[in-house]
Amino acid sequence: MQVNNEFKPKIVAFCCNWCSYAGADLAGTNRANYPADVKIIRVPCSCRVNPIFILRAFQRGADGVILCGCHPGDCHYTTGNYYARRRMTMLFSMLNYLGIEKERTRVEWVSAAEGAKFAETMNEFTETILKLGENKRLEDLRCKKEW
Amino acid sequence: MQEGMVKRASELLADGTVVRVLGWKNGEFVYDPTPAVFESVEALSDFVYNDFCASNLSKYLVALSKKEGKTLVFLKPCDSYSFNQLLTEHRVDREKVYIIGISCDGKVDESKLRAQGAEGVTGIATDGDTITVSTLYGDVQLKKADVIAERCVTCKSKKVVAYDEMMGENGEENPDCGRFDQVAALEAMTPDERFAFWRNELSKCIRCNACRNICPACTCEQCVFDNPKSGISQKAAADSFEENMFHIIRAFHVAGRCTDCGECSRVCPQHIPLHLLNRKFIKEMNECYGEYQAGAEAGSRAPLVNFTQEDCEPSIVYTKEASK
Repeated sequence: MQVNNEFKPKIVAFCCNWCSYAGADLAGTNRANYPADVKIIRVPCSCRVNPIFILRAFQRGADGVILCGCHPGDCHYTTGNYYARRRMTMLFSMLNYLGIEKERTRVEWVSAAEGAKFAETMNEFTETILKLGENKRLEDLRCKKEW
Repeated sequence: MQEGMVKRASELLADGTVVRVLGWKNGEFVYDPTPAVFESVEALSDFVYNDFCASNLSKYLVALSKKEGKTLVFLKPCDSYSFNQLLTEHRVDREKVYIIGISCDGKVDESKLRAQGAEGVTGIATDGDTITVSTLYGDVQLKKADVIAERCVTCKSKKVVAYDEMMGENGEENPDCGRFDQVAALEAMTPDERFAFWRNELSKCIRCNACRNICPACTCEQCVFDNPKSGISQKAAADSFEENMFHIIRAFHVAGRCTDCGECSRVCPQHIPLHLLNRKFIKEMNECYGEYQAGAEAGSRAPLVNFTQEDCEPSIVYTKEASK
């Protein structure tokens, strides 16, 4: 049996229901290409994303985590993404402080009209993760499957 | 100082202002006094206050302020910041606490005493800058500056910020304490060096939860890590991920509320410099969202529960380092 050792990154994208998820939808209807390595998780608002979610994603084998939400000022709940912005800034700087590759995490604001931007962001992010390779510094060996 | 404190406590107990006193008594070792509650004048004969009394008493007030009657508590400058923070979060009832602020010029670190050759400590007496430590092998005289705890060397403030009466002179804040120097030194390293540094430190963690239990900011009745489904069991970490996760999330949960009292590092049996995690958050928030000292005044709004429309984007993390 032939074993394919090519690195396929696993990327988790948290998308807010009101803007970025619709943006992803638009990317689809526009037939814009973005890698199938990106797995979207829909959240009601970007500020629904608890820092634990991001770490948990890494634990379960993600190689990169990206959070997409409405542009600041456009939040469906008025202020949610402002809080998310502060939280993620702090979390990312802490990950960087611990020596974990900062490029593995990102926040991007994508509106419902920006299907092209969504596809572009995901292409770019996947490219970055491909270069970085497998997530080794924040992995949980117990969650790795042995094939 | 101890006599004065006992005298005042006895007076307040006798005239009925307070029904109990929260202070310290000797623990198993002289250098390890433990927080204690005294409910009568007679019991106060066990009351101890010396340069070993480092523990922060403010967290005990969460439970004590639920009881009947007023509690008298002695708060050092550090502790008073924590108290204010608890007050902000409505965790203590100000009406049920009578605070005597006590000045502090640094607490002694027992391991430093040992490094200076004073083993088998049986007592301590301070006279200005000199400390006389009595040991099983005779008295040793030491310079106080040489043996105070690391967190006291970089003391941010000697000002008691919440009190009903002061004992001794109230001090001043010290903005040039240099408490972020170590954090800056770590930031200057390469990511690989930082990773190696933290792996080395965090891999020592035995998950005794002492840091969490002592922390005056960790007052949740049920902690996220008590949840068996949290993915982090209440036992020694089985994987490096658990160590990272526990310490990142714990630091995150107290971010903006941590007053930097340094208790986490003091109680850590493995001597992990946990305060460096908390200080990183404090430093980062000061740089991004303006100077903020948790607990400096009751009722203030912490950076992480606040925002402005002009806040920096999370991508600042990528560019910040490049500019250094």
